[in-house]
Formats: sequence, structure tokens, C-alpha cells
Amino acid sequence: MSVQDLEKIFQDKIDADIRIEPKDWMPDAYRKTLVRQMSQHAHSEIVGMLPEANWITRAPTLRRKATLIAKVQDEAGHGLYLYAATETLGTGREELLDQLHTGKAKYSSIFNYPTLTWADMGAIGWLVDGAAIMNQVPLCRASYGPYARAMVRICKEESFHQRQGFEILLTLSKGSEAQRRMCQDAIDRWWWPSVMMFGPNDDASPHTAQSMQWKIKRFSNDELRQRFVDICAGQVKILGMTLPDPDLVWNEHRQHYDFGAINWDEFWSVIKGNGPCNKDRLEARVKAHEEGAWVREAALAHAEKMSRKRAS
Amino acid sequence: MSSSTPLLEYTLHLADDVLILGHRNSEWTGHGPILEQDIALSNIALDLIGQARNFYQYAAGLAGNDSGESIYPAGGGGVVTEDTLAFLRDGWDFRNSLLTEQTNGDWAKTILRQFFFSAFQVDLYEQLAVGRDTTLAAIGAKAYKEALYHLRWSSEWVIRLGDGTDESHQRMKKALEELWKFTGELYIPAPYERWAAEAEIGPDLSQLRVRWKERVKEVFDEAGLTYPVTEWMQTGGKEGRHTEQLGYVLAEMQFLQRAYPGCEW
Repeated sequence: MSVQDLEKIFQDKIDADIRIEPKDWMPDAYRKTLVRQMSQHAHSEIVGMLPEANWITRAPTLRRKATLIAKVQDEAGHGLYLYAATETLGTGREELLDQLHTGKAKYSSIFNYPTLTWADMGAIGWLVDGAAIMNQVPLCRASYGPYARAMVRICKEESFHQRQGFEILLTLSKGSEAQRRMCQDAIDRWWWPSVMMFGPNDDASPHTAQSMQWKIKRFSNDELRQRFVDICAGQVKILGMTLPDPDLVWNEHRQHYDFGAINWDEFWSVIKGNGPCNKDRLEARVKAHEEGAWVREAALAHAEKMSRKRAS
Repeated sequence: MSSSTPLLEYTLHLADDVLILGHRNSEWTGHGPILEQDIALSNIALDLIGQARNFYQYAAGLAGNDSGESIYPAGGGGVVTEDTLAFLRDGWDFRNSLLTEQTNGDWAKTILRQFFFSAFQVDLYEQLAVGRDTTLAAIGAKAYKEALYHLRWSSEWVIRLGDGTDESHQRMKKALEELWKFTGELYIPAPYERWAAEAEIGPDLSQLRVRWKERVKEVFDEAGLTYPVTEWMQTGGKEGRHTEQLGYVLAEMQFLQRAYPGCEW
């Protein structure tokens, strides 16, 4: 069968909403796009553990401590599903981790911002996980089967995290003057980076058109961003707090909130490595990996000894 | 001012042990050597903190039952809670054994610390589960299953590291040198533990020690590690005389409750 025929069968399947599975023929570019996107997502989960793990030992109550450990552990689990799903495309975890550690692969820039107070645990849950869900729910219908199935599980847990985050902020918002200040400060710091999580504007997003044709992506960056802003603008009122955007206003005609200009210089600068924590985050991952090398070697050596023993 | 009862002190000791060890384990979350093992150790941390919560909740009830003014710290409305007990007592009131507060060190030290403790904890909880205090018995029965899993997981890792490579073997030996002196305390009863044994609430620790030695020897044999002969053991934690490590754990853990007293979180 010619490549043209294979490509036609492939695109027909996509158009008919039939899932592509690991053994199916697929264009190289489709495979590459998926590996890039899925591994970037997996890396984001793993790097994303760090800013929250930063507060586990300082969580203010035993219940909060337990919930936070469970949440960070869920993120490790998400990383695992996604690495496993990426492996079905023929790229192994070692290679993917190597790409992360050498800076070749990216992860979500949001995790290059610092967690400075306890309220950040709430703001990350509400805003960062909220933006992630907005991006990820459509991925449950992504054309590649293993990715879509991993996302179903991930989304269920993410929405739980988001509620927990909001509840942390709600508690602070009803608390002392210092707690309310903490709450507003966290919202002020996390709002714009969260809005940027949807990526560049549609006219500056090079991969969008192809990804939509392949049904990896179902909505454009700007569509999802608008949906996020609309929802948060409502929810922030429940907290009695404000979003740090003087241009945020309901537009009766559009039936959406208008919002202020995004600082794209900051966005591109953080992606290039100039965020407040880029260096720390990557170093922490590399350190864990390097300091774990002897552990992995020992586990392998022991397993080999055991299998030799069993064979003899 | 009312005095503490042996039952309350015993319960706090049980709680403090698992809180401090759980807290230490949770320092690894996000930094583990293998993703699967990061998850496993975080899970153990969660189990231990869950157990601590059960014990503290019971202790808080006991403290609240004192007819006079409680000697334990209270939060808003003068109520002693799991959180006031965990976050507002100072080091000298903590009754955890010294082993649990030791720093994580490398993966070998963390594994060995968990193994030593779990090898003790399974028998402790098994006995607690058949003891005369119904609340402690219920907590013990539930937590016993968790402790069994922790023991299995940590035993496997002790064997893997002891047997694995020269480096892993050397690291296990170093961990053993650092931690061994804290293992004796587990079996030297504090007054409230003697009381618990007499009241048939908790185990007779001298009997548990025999079983612990067997367990440790069995795993060490498979791991190619030598069971130490050192006699001297450091004690004091169970009566509030700790190593320097605990102060730092508490300074970090209690920061928010101390900096912003009387708040809901």
C-alpha cells in the first residue's frame, strides 16, 4: 500500500472519530507531535510536584498535610501514566527523562514560579489545576487512544484537586486579616501565569491548525483561555477577592468577559529559561535522578542475581 | 492544673512516633530515586500520618476529659485537638523514639530506618489490636495491615540494596552504623509503656524484642549484612529528651501555627 493510501486511511479514521492505537500506521509527524506533547505533559506533572512538595513539611494542619501529600503523589501517578502512554509510541522513559534533564524537552512554564506562602497551595489548585483541566478535558477525546485514556483518569483527579485548592482559599478568605492578605497575594501572583498556560494567541500558535486537523486538539488556545477567564471571574467573587486585571469587565455583546493584555514578553522569557525558578526546578530533578542512579543500579544488579539464581 | 494520665501519654507516644516518621518520609516526596518508589514512600508517609491523626484524635478526647485545666495546648475555645497536639507542643513534650526523628540521609538510611521501625510496629499493632482499650485496639487493627505492607516493602529494599552493588552495600553498612544505636530504645519501656503492658492495653516490649531480632536477622542474612553486636543504645526520646534533629522538624512543621496563632486553616 502506498503512503498516500495509508495516509488516507489514517485521516478517514480520524475524521470518523475512530481512535488511533499503538500498532496502527500513523504519519511520522503525528507520532512526533504526540511524543512532544505527551512527554511535555508528563514532565510538567513531575516538575509540577516540586512547588507543592515545597509546602508538605509546613502544611498547617494534619489534614492539610495528608491531602497535600496525596495530591503530589497523584501528580507522580499522572507522570507515570503519561510516560507509559508515550512509550507506546516507541520512546522510552529513560530517553524522555534525558531530554528533560538536558533542557531539550520543555515542561509547563507555570512551575517556574515560586510557592511563597501556604495560600499558593490554594491558588495552584484553583487556578493552575483549573487551567490544566480546561486544557485537558478535551484531550479525553484526543485521537490517540492511550493518550485519551490516560487523560480520562487524570482529569478525574485534577478536578478533585481543583476543588481542594478552592477550598483552601475559601478558608483563608474567611480567616484573619493576615490570611485574607495571603489569599489575595497568591491570586495576584498566580493569575497571569495561569492565563498564559493556554499558550500563545491563536495567530501565533504554530502547531494548532495541524493538531486540530488530527483531533489531538479540539479547541484553540484563545477559546479555552476565554472559557477559563469567564469561570474564574465568577468564582473569585465567592472568595471576596479580586483578579489583578483592571480591564476585566463583562461584555454584554460578546457574552464573555473582556480582559487585559497578556505580557507575552514575560511568557517567552520564562520559556527561554528566565523565570524565577527555572534553574532550581531543573536542578532538583537532575539531582534526584543523579543521586538515585546508585539505587537503580543496585535494584537492577539484585534482580539479575536473582534471575541467575532461579535459572541455575 | 490536671496531670497527664498514663493512657494519654501512651497514646501521644504512639501518635508522635508515626507523625515524626511520616513527616520525615514526606520530605522525599518529589525527590525519590525512581518515580514508582517516590509514590511508594509517599504512600507510607500518608499511612503513618493517617495513623497519627487517629491517635491524636483519641488523645485530644482524653485530654479534654481532664476535669481541670488541661496541661496540653488548646486552640480556639480552649479545645485540645489533633492539631494543637501536633503543632503546639515543644520538643520536650514529644514522646517519639529517637529513631523516627533521624534525618533522611540517602535512600539507604531512609529505607533502613523504615525497616527497623516497621519490624517493630507490626508486632506492636498486632498486640494493640487485641488489647483492652477498644479505641487503640481498633486503630491497631486497621494500621496493622498497613504496617505489614511497609515491612514487606522496606525488607525488599534492604535486601536489594544489601545485595545489589558494592556501592549500595557500603551505603547500607554506613546507614546501619548511623542508625543501630537508636534501635534499642524501641524496646526499653518508658513508664507509660510499662503501665500499658500491665493494664493489658499494649504489649510487653521485652517479648517483642525477640521477634524483632528474628525479623531483622532474617532480612539481614538475605541482604548479606551483619547483625551488629554493639551493646550501647541511646535513649531518651520516649521521655522527651531528643536528639538535635527534632527541633528542626518541629520548627518547620509548626511554623504556620506558631506565626499565625488561633487561625482556621
